[in-house]
Amino acid sequence: MTDSKYFTTTKKGEIFELKAELNSDKKEKKKEAVKKVIASMTVGKDVSALFPDVVNCMQTDNLELKKLVYLYLMNYAKSQPDMAIMAVNTFVKDCEDLNPLIRALAVRTMGCIRVDKITEYLCEPLRKCLKDEDPYVRKTAAVCVAKLHDINAQLVEDQGFLDTLKDLISDSNPMVVANAVAALSEIAESHPNSNLLDLNPQTINKLLTALNECTEWGQIFILDCLASYLPRDDRESQSICERVTPRLSHANSAVVLSAVKVLMKFMEMLPKDLDYYGTLLKKLAPPLVTLLSAEPELQYVALRNINLIVQKRPEILKHEMKVFFVKYNDPIYVKLEKLDIMIRLASQANIAQVLAELKEYATEVDVDFVRKAVRAIGRCAIKVEQSAERCVSTLLDLIQTKVNYVVQEAIVVIKDIFRKYPNKYESVIATLCENLDSLDEPEARAAMIWIVGEYAERIDNADELLESFLEGFHDESTQVQLQLLTAIVKLFLKKPTETQELVQQVLSLATQDSDNPDLRDRGYIYWRLLSTDPVAAKEVVLAEKPLISEETDLIEPTLLEELICHIGTLASVYHKPPSAFVEGSRGVQHKRLPPRAGSGESTESPDVGQSGPSEAPPAVIPSQGDLLGDLLNLDLAPPTATVPSVQPSMQMGAMDLLGGGLDSLLGGDIGGSPSVTAMPASLGSAPAVGGGLGDLFDLGGGVGMPTGSYVAPKTVWLLAMKAKGLEISGTFARRGGIIQMDLSLTNKAMSVMTDFAIQFNRNSFGLAPAGPLQVLTPLSPNQTIDVSLPLSTSGPVMKMEPLNNLQVAVKNNIDVFYFSCQYPLSLLFVEDGKMDRQVFLATWKDIPNDNEAQFQIKDIHLNSDVASNKLQGSNIFTIAKRTVEGQDMLYQSVKLTNGIWVLAEMRIQTEPFLLSDLKCTEPRIVYANLLHSQ
Amino acid sequence: MIHSLFLINNAGDLFLEKHWKSVISRSVCDYFFEAREKAVEPDNVPPVIRTPHHYLINIYREKIFFVSVIQTEVPPLFVIEFLHRVAETFQDYFGECSESTIKDNVVIVYELLEEMLDNGFPLATESNILKELIRPPTILRSMVNTITGSSNVGETLPTGQLSTIPWRRAGVKYTNNEAYFDVVEEIDAILDKSGTTVFAEIQGVIDACVKLSGMPDLTLSFMNPRLLDDVSFHPCVRYKRWESERVISFVPPDGNFQLMSYHISAQNLVAIPVYVKQNISFFETGSSGRLDITVGPKQTMGKTVEGLVVTVHMPKVVLSANLNATQGTYNYDPVTKILVWDIGKLNPQKLPNLKGSLSLQSGAPKPEENPSLNIDLKIQQLAISGRLGSFISVGCDSLPAGPCDKALLLLTLF
Repeated sequence: MTDSKYFTTTKKGEIFELKAELNSDKKEKKKEAVKKVIASMTVGKDVSALFPDVVNCMQTDNLELKKLVYLYLMNYAKSQPDMAIMAVNTFVKDCEDLNPLIRALAVRTMGCIRVDKITEYLCEPLRKCLKDEDPYVRKTAAVCVAKLHDINAQLVEDQGFLDTLKDLISDSNPMVVANAVAALSEIAESHPNSNLLDLNPQTINKLLTALNECTEWGQIFILDCLASYLPRDDRESQSICERVTPRLSHANSAVVLSAVKVLMKFMEMLPKDLDYYGTLLKKLAPPLVTLLSAEPELQYVALRNINLIVQKRPEILKHEMKVFFVKYNDPIYVKLEKLDIMIRLASQANIAQVLAELKEYATEVDVDFVRKAVRAIGRCAIKVEQSAERCVSTLLDLIQTKVNYVVQEAIVVIKDIFRKYPNKYESVIATLCENLDSLDEPEARAAMIWIVGEYAERIDNADELLESFLEGFHDESTQVQLQLLTAIVKLFLKKPTETQELVQQVLSLATQDSDNPDLRDRGYIYWRLLSTDPVAAKEVVLAEKPLISEETDLIEPTLLEELICHIGTLASVYHKPPSAFVEGSRGVQHKRLPPRAGSGESTESPDVGQSGPSEAPPAVIPSQGDLLGDLLNLDLAPPTATVPSVQPSMQMGAMDLLGGGLDSLLGGDIGGSPSVTAMPASLGSAPAVGGGLGDLFDLGGGVGMPTGSYVAPKTVWLLAMKAKGLEISGTFARRGGIIQMDLSLTNKAMSVMTDFAIQFNRNSFGLAPAGPLQVLTPLSPNQTIDVSLPLSTSGPVMKMEPLNNLQVAVKNNIDVFYFSCQYPLSLLFVEDGKMDRQVFLATWKDIPNDNEAQFQIKDIHLNSDVASNKLQGSNIFTIAKRTVEGQDMLYQSVKLTNGIWVLAEMRIQTEPFLLSDLKCTEPRIVYANLLHSQ
Repeated sequence: MIHSLFLINNAGDLFLEKHWKSVISRSVCDYFFEAREKAVEPDNVPPVIRTPHHYLINIYREKIFFVSVIQTEVPPLFVIEFLHRVAETFQDYFGECSESTIKDNVVIVYELLEEMLDNGFPLATESNILKELIRPPTILRSMVNTITGSSNVGETLPTGQLSTIPWRRAGVKYTNNEAYFDVVEEIDAILDKSGTTVFAEIQGVIDACVKLSGMPDLTLSFMNPRLLDDVSFHPCVRYKRWESERVISFVPPDGNFQLMSYHISAQNLVAIPVYVKQNISFFETGSSGRLDITVGPKQTMGKTVEGLVVTVHMPKVVLSANLNATQGTYNYDPVTKILVWDIGKLNPQKLPNLKGSLSLQSGAPKPEENPSLNIDLKIQQLAISGRLGSFISVGCDSLPAGPCDKALLLLTLF
């Protein structure tokens, strides 16, 4: 008597047979037939041909049959929209049934049928159901609004369903409240700025009340909704925390994690000296630990989130190290995450235990896990200075095992340890050299070569070792080749007498026999450097390197803050901001933690509260190739010729770009900018010139304002999270005939930034810095500095898309960052742009139609004189004015820095707007002949 | 919210799909298959898989992958919890959650899935409510249905659906009123080579089977509730009362449910009931090794240790084992390299011992990794945390009204 019998009919006339059964008079036979149809559907067979026959079974008193038919309808209505209409009457009738179960079922099913014609009929029943006396029907109807919104958003808005939905937040039944919140949250996701969930203390109170009584799933929706609220003060924040805390004891881990999110966020507002703050911290640890005894899938998500929590508030779990010890039967994805958290929690107090564990892990079977364990030992050494010695000896023990991948991994991390503690553990080099032959992975070979090069003076046979690598130079990977080149140059600088031959050999291998441009370029640089000025070469190549620190693997503070607001979501699993991967063009709000009450941090808070539209304009990361080529072009020429006034540190920086930074430019950084592909779309469509002109008019109706060049407010060009903590915002201005780039540099990282330098890529109008970037004092954390950089227009020219796009590279002591921005074209309008009338007339006629462009600028309430004045301030000169049929026409000329003239005819219309707004005037500009070369 | 669900068996066959919004082509599962291939072991498939347009969140239960598809930002734990709930519901309805039972009951499965989720929002996940909406299959019922033509689907709105206690249905009547509580404790411990406890914790759950008429209101109190580090309660437990009085007060669902789970991590409380003496060594030459394992009782408080199984994960080079067990049977699987020694009951007078030689692949170097031992055991009638003991008391705040003479509360602890 099982359902598997439904699958057994394999005869050819299956559909035909089913058809006959569906039309049978016997109820039982009908039901069996429908079941067969459903069974076929579940395994993906196409049974849509039976549509009319199945729909005929819909008129029945048998609820099971009705449900089955509904199941079928939801699946196939879309493929048979005309037939689906047949079902509408039954739906409408069912929506008025006495049985609330049937009313709810009907409205629920109708919402699942994604056919336009049906949705039209849905509105009336839905409106009734939203006000139904039975809460079960109301809660079903609330979800139905979300469904309908997904199919036809406009319809939902026009019908006022959103307001009804908002009213349901105050419903007396907690289930209805929870579903209304869920529906609104889903709708709000596609309308980031719609302010649908208008949270105020009253609604928050209602939500908190409903929280105690609704189902576990409802609690998740409500908690997630609460997390987006910003309490007015620390007392409100505390009272919300108090009411949310009981959720930490819920059996459903998703409820627990959502509660953790709310608490982590609102905690930020509580003063740290408050008793309650400490209590709350203590309460957070046990539930997090308990999450780790759940099923492995849950553990994984929990661990990814704990990773964030540990970075934000290490104090919560600092005594819980042991729960992160790996169990033999953990799935690999859990093991790797646990390892990560162990390192984050490692401190002087527990390092002995951690190391003992890690050493055990390094003898496990799973290769990936073993590698990560070895790496973890290295990270411990870098993080906890006191343990470095023990870590090194543990690593040496592991090298003694001679297990190939363990040895290789150990050598890679020992290299990092050398970089953190130079001149301290050189005694181990001998042991490392013994294992030279077993290294077959590029990373390990490169690390070993680096060590040999760095300590060449202490390794007697360094030249022999490097020479042995050189034999198979062309078979090595690029990473190894580059490293070998550098190492041999280092060796030469340290022991010039014995290694002349070797260095020549490697330079010729790199420059003449290699097809790899990076290698060739690096080779040439070393070659020239060595041949022109060996002393300078020594300073460059053997310069003291900055120490690496443990912070390198921490998440950027700004990103971390955003992720803390998204605990429990996909973003927290991927450790990327939601904007980096949430599907499509849906706007994403940047969430930030609320400022702490009464502390000094609130200085930057005024705008934090409004979680308005994302304020950051898209910054395009230019294709790496172009920029690199450019940087090389500039730098290879004798530095003094191009930028005479550059400070010495800048030159060093330039060298650094080429030397150490080269591989990172090519390799690493591309991976670091996940949003590259997503961003340009919004830029590509940005108006090239129109935007700039529109800006000129947008001057907030300030008719009486002194005329002067329009300066746009500063916008963020470079986000801190993309630039290791450096945030750059800026704008362009033209002051007294000089183009200036006004920059605000903000340090949002934890360390001091120095050695700033700036370069532009070639651009459409040859903009280039006229002097160095004047940041004289080091930029300490949280400090902002304003700089004005004068620009010249004598730089190299290359047409950009869009025309006014400018790609900029900014360097500091940490790295090189790229962003692009767009300057208003008005920047380039020179002061002597007034054309003679006669010339204007003649030119106007000569310009071919191809060079003509027209567009409208709307909603500007200016008359022609004011507009003319205003434009003159930006060096757009009115040559003549005439009035045709009551409309003012302005004829204008503009001269660009590169000698191009732009002539314009502007018509200002004053015609009543016919549709709704009668007062509206509509000035219209016809802008002709862009970029016509004289 | 949850968009679609695919059920995939261990062999990689997709045998059921359900869509709650628009239909998503099953080709999206190709990304899952790719990850499945990469993971080698089915347990190691990452739970969250990213595809260009969707996210696949999956769990692996009873040799079935439950793969859900989501399109927008949804809390992954929410999805995982829901999938677990689906698996539990199948288990509850059909006795076991396997491919064949799902296929046998595909229509009920489909009806259940439709009831559990609406537009991706969970609708009814409580087994009490579901059972009122869709009755579980029984042989008797399907025979009655065939004869009388009645159906498996409830015609009325489940009573619990909207009350503030959605987990309990109204009008429950029993002639024998009974309530059973089982305390199940698991120790999870990692010991190092010398037998020192590296890490130990206790996970406990209290399972209840309550068959009481009417709307009973029960309380349960512990002798020493402070020992509990963290507790998670069934939604029926009144949290406020726990906070203030440390008493568990609740109106129970009807039938079987998990009342609470708790966690104890204070290590001094965790007594490890057995000790293991092991010596596994490999010789430098001759491609062989020795193995010697003895298990003995440690802190069992006079109870018998049962179901003792020792599992050893051998290094890859171990080809076979020639051993002699004084008690129980052993089996070495040369494919998975796992040695299982099933001892059974532990006799404290005559300690079980497993001894013998291992033969290795000839010419292979001496294995480096230390084999790890997993020891599973069961002790009836003993709470390891040793403090809940007989101190649980159950009270009835409101006794079931009904025809029974006397409310009978039977307690089986441990």
